[in-house]
Amino acid sequence: MSGSGADLPVPPPRVRRAPGRVSGRSLAIALASTAAVFGALALAVVNAPGWEQVRTSFLDGDNFVRSAPGIVGHFGVNVRLFLIAEVLILGWGLVLAVLRSVPGPVFFPVRLLATAYVDLFRAIPGLLVIFVLGLGVPGLRLPWVPNDPFFWGVVALTLVYSAYVSEVYRAGIESIHPSQAAAARSLGMTQLQAMRHVVLPQAVRRVVPPLLNDFIGLQKDTVLVSFIGVVEIFRQSQIRQAASFNFTPYLVTALVFIVLTIPLARLTDWLVARERDHRHGPAPAGGGRRGRLVGGGR
Amino acid sequence: MAPPAALAISGLWKSFGANDVLRGIDLVVAEHEIVCLIGASGSGKSTLLRCINLTEPVDDGSVRIGPDEITAPGVDVDRVRRRIGLVFQAYNLFPHMSVLDNVTVAPRRVLRRPRGVAERAADELLKRFGLADKRADVPDRLSGGQQQRVAIVRALAMEPDLLLLDEVTSALDPELVAEVLDVISGLAADGMTMVIATHEMSFARDIADRVVFLDDGRICEEGPPERIFSAPREPRTREFLQRIIDAGRL
Repeated sequence: MSGSGADLPVPPPRVRRAPGRVSGRSLAIALASTAAVFGALALAVVNAPGWEQVRTSFLDGDNFVRSAPGIVGHFGVNVRLFLIAEVLILGWGLVLAVLRSVPGPVFFPVRLLATAYVDLFRAIPGLLVIFVLGLGVPGLRLPWVPNDPFFWGVVALTLVYSAYVSEVYRAGIESIHPSQAAAARSLGMTQLQAMRHVVLPQAVRRVVPPLLNDFIGLQKDTVLVSFIGVVEIFRQSQIRQAASFNFTPYLVTALVFIVLTIPLARLTDWLVARERDHRHGPAPAGGGRRGRLVGGGR
Repeated sequence: MAPPAALAISGLWKSFGANDVLRGIDLVVAEHEIVCLIGASGSGKSTLLRCINLTEPVDDGSVRIGPDEITAPGVDVDRVRRRIGLVFQAYNLFPHMSVLDNVTVAPRRVLRRPRGVAERAADELLKRFGLADKRADVPDRLSGGQQQRVAIVRALAMEPDLLLLDEVTSALDPELVAEVLDVISGLAADGMTMVIATHEMSFARDIADRVVFLDDGRICEEGPPERIFSAPREPRTREFLQRIIDAGRL
């Protein structure tokens, strides 16, 4: 056996390409394969035995034009629902997360209650919470209890989503290295001051993308409130569907949500990328290699 | 009558589970005195500092700051910590705040100083330690040496009676150590009372009024640096210093 390096196979010269640039060849392949896949799918759908029926009942152009303005007009109800609920969710979820993060044996009951809340509202399907609050509570006919379904819709969505959001916050709080709280406490800050001024600002910044993700989920779940009698976009499209015996109004609703949600999803991606660049971006000259561990801690 | 010592520790015990980390520490530090704690990793230096700061609860014994016993039951630990500065090995600056905010957050939130007052005091300190041009930067944009100097300034902004330094140069690249040690020397010249855990033996020899050698949770030997470094009495101290010399660090 020869140990000489001269006998090793010489690797072929590597083709160099500017990073991030797609070669013409891979672009052509991507286009061709996309066209093939979608073409095949389209063919399969169009040639299906029931295609004509589906086309007329779901893709009726006249119906679309006629029903769109009325349906879109009711989207304002959904927007009000998710904007009001989101503000409440962000606040209440943060309170829950902080309550679950308070250390010390004295606060055990507080942690227990907060944990039970989060477990409960993540376990029950949101629609059931909406039914129970929206139909059950007004059913008690207590004079001081509001019976407006919009009100109960906001309450139910807030209760359910704050359970999820509190877990997102908590993950953020726990991702902040304990040395940060230790430094704050060493300066004489109380537990609460350390949380408020040092831990939370860093934690919240870190969880903005997953919070936006839950916000997208909330926007779509506003349609569930239609089941307790709030006439919003989904209820309105149902009414139009029933009136015209045509499902095209649902397509309108779907498109409205797509138009709203996709930009938000892109914004989330952009924020994630920006956060990543911030954390792993170029360090200034003179920054010690070990010095950079500081922000994240060890 | 002599004024009370800046710091008086007596019979201090601390264990983590079955592991006794500190086993009966008695140590008195006079006002304006600089005490360097030396000893191998795991000898209890950092734990001792954290017990003084009450970051770690003490199992037995007492710690006094001036006339006050801070280990007594019912003592407000937050109030105690305002008087004791602690600087960490890893700086632990707040990365979401500017240098200025790092320095002013505790005076403003804890001491309730108005922003203007806190910022003027902070600017003065930053200027004194050559950091005036960094006031608006975030910590991540600074070198390790600069970050550690900011951490020292942050502790000083609380005007502590006692400053504890926990291996503050151990995380630094070698060329950045000197600037931090210079800052500490400056504080020594101003008469700041300090307890310094360090691996920098030549620094300890230069700056300390007294060197305390910790071994296995006990004070094995203490005395003026000239004597400890040139004529240690205890075999354990000799062994430790020999290892340091063999490693080329003295």
